[in-house]
Amino acid sequence: MIEVRNVYFTYPGGVEALRNINLTIDRGEFTAIMGENGAGKTTLIKMFNGLLKPSRGCVLVDGIDTREASVAELSRKVGIVFQNPEHQLFAETIEEEIAFALRNFGFPEDEVARRIDSILKFTGLERYRGSSPFMLSGGEKKRLALASILVFDPDYLVLDEPTIGQDPEQKDKLLQFLVEVNRRGKTVIMVTHDVEFVAECKPRVILMRKGEIIADGSADKILVDENLMKSTSLLPPQISAFASKLNLHRPGCTILNVDDAFRILVDLYIGG
Amino acid sequence: MSIVSIKNLWFRYRGSDNWVLRDVSLKVDRGEFIVITGKSGCGKTTLCRCLNGLIPHFYEGELKGSITVAGLDVTKTPVSRMASIVGMVFQNPSSQLFMLTVERDVAFGPENLGVPRDEILRRIDWALNMLGISDLRFRAPHELSGGQQQRVAIAAILAMQPQIIVLDEPTAYLDPYTSLSIFNLLKDLNSKLGLTVILVEHKLELASSLADRIIVMDGGRIVVEGGSREVFMKDLSVYGVKPPSIPRLFLKLMGHGFRFKEIPLTVEEAAEILREVYLKVDRG
Repeated sequence: MIEVRNVYFTYPGGVEALRNINLTIDRGEFTAIMGENGAGKTTLIKMFNGLLKPSRGCVLVDGIDTREASVAELSRKVGIVFQNPEHQLFAETIEEEIAFALRNFGFPEDEVARRIDSILKFTGLERYRGSSPFMLSGGEKKRLALASILVFDPDYLVLDEPTIGQDPEQKDKLLQFLVEVNRRGKTVIMVTHDVEFVAECKPRVILMRKGEIIADGSADKILVDENLMKSTSLLPPQISAFASKLNLHRPGCTILNVDDAFRILVDLYIGG
Repeated sequence: MSIVSIKNLWFRYRGSDNWVLRDVSLKVDRGEFIVITGKSGCGKTTLCRCLNGLIPHFYEGELKGSITVAGLDVTKTPVSRMASIVGMVFQNPSSQLFMLTVERDVAFGPENLGVPRDEILRRIDWALNMLGISDLRFRAPHELSGGQQQRVAIAAILAMQPQIIVLDEPTAYLDPYTSLSIFNLLKDLNSKLGLTVILVEHKLELASSLADRIIVMDGGRIVVEGGSREVFMKDLSVYGVKPPSIPRLFLKLMGHGFRFKEIPLTVEEAAEILREVYLKVDRG
């Protein structure tokens, strides 16, 4: 469980990035943190593995106060995949890039080899195994950064804007993967602007604006609330906006994606 | 009148056996708004690099075929000359901005083109005004938000008065509302200035209704091109491309016996079509 209690954070230089954040994320939850550029989303997730420590208040990861633990210790539990892969990649080859954390955490060599094989396969990067990370395309670099975290299997998987620069195929794969690892019990937390992506996976949604949490609830409730979404520079998914115009939403059956709308329309006009 | 004419273009980067562009032929008319899409690694960024001469002058490799932009053979024209004709905007605006004030960043391009001082000042006024960021003139670019930075990057390109603007996923890092405002801005520049726009995008949700033509690439080739509605009617999944959710819903409905004259692109069109065709039927 990650508990954020009355957290305030001010960057050196005086920019207040977080104000009175209170939040509990249970083990096994699937959560999206959304909101406009500069809302404090990335600052918040950097609190989860102790990269940043609160100016006031505290963050507890499985009961451990992040102020009293090292980043190395916390990052074994909380794996963060950052937005810009260039900040994360440094090794000579893709294989070494992925092996780095495993070796640091002391995995035996045969296990390192086994995990690298399986993660390269999963992320479709097998053919680049011995190549330099810097010759990959933008989308491929993102996948490599994800692979290098996934490979050590942290309890909490935290992703900062995982869909940026990803094509639809990769997004679908990522979606299936996140849903699957979450179903198997891993806690997934993603920071994203991608409302269409969130409309597909329907996680708990936490909306932020100007360093504060302005809403916290199910995707069903939050994504369709046009005024709330616009107040933090988001837009409802297009299908939701369309369904709102035609009053197609039903209590307990909010329309967020193509499949939702399809079911309702078929029901209205063909079946029923 | 074509402003871009590419004929049977093949390209591979130095040190690689793999042809990244394979027999690409493309004509773009002056004033067209083109969206290029396709999965990661399909060659769309490489194609853009051919338009302003970064290929073959900066990124070396083997090139076959011809690239003519504004009447110039790109392979024989210096990049500095091409820069005044084709402006490029990238995903991450912070990689493009490096001066201490917005004004200096916008002045940088025309200064390098040897534009006289008075004219540079006039262009700064004009470009900042076009982008609605005159109030940011003396701010430091690195202190601005992502959306503001991308506007500055576009203003810096406009100040060179290019004939074509090429944007490679310019809103990737921006929130949806800001992305929408950037797309609307591009449409505005396109219709008011007649600027030719070539936009590389995965996010077809917001971009497809603005485009005169969508080009789908796969494996270094152009595999589908046409108007948005026409392109979305085709099976794009084989190329790893997914139409936006609204056309996708309507295609799915058509596959199940619904009849529509055409596929909508926007929320408004979709609501209108469904309202006309179906909602007059009593829903009992």
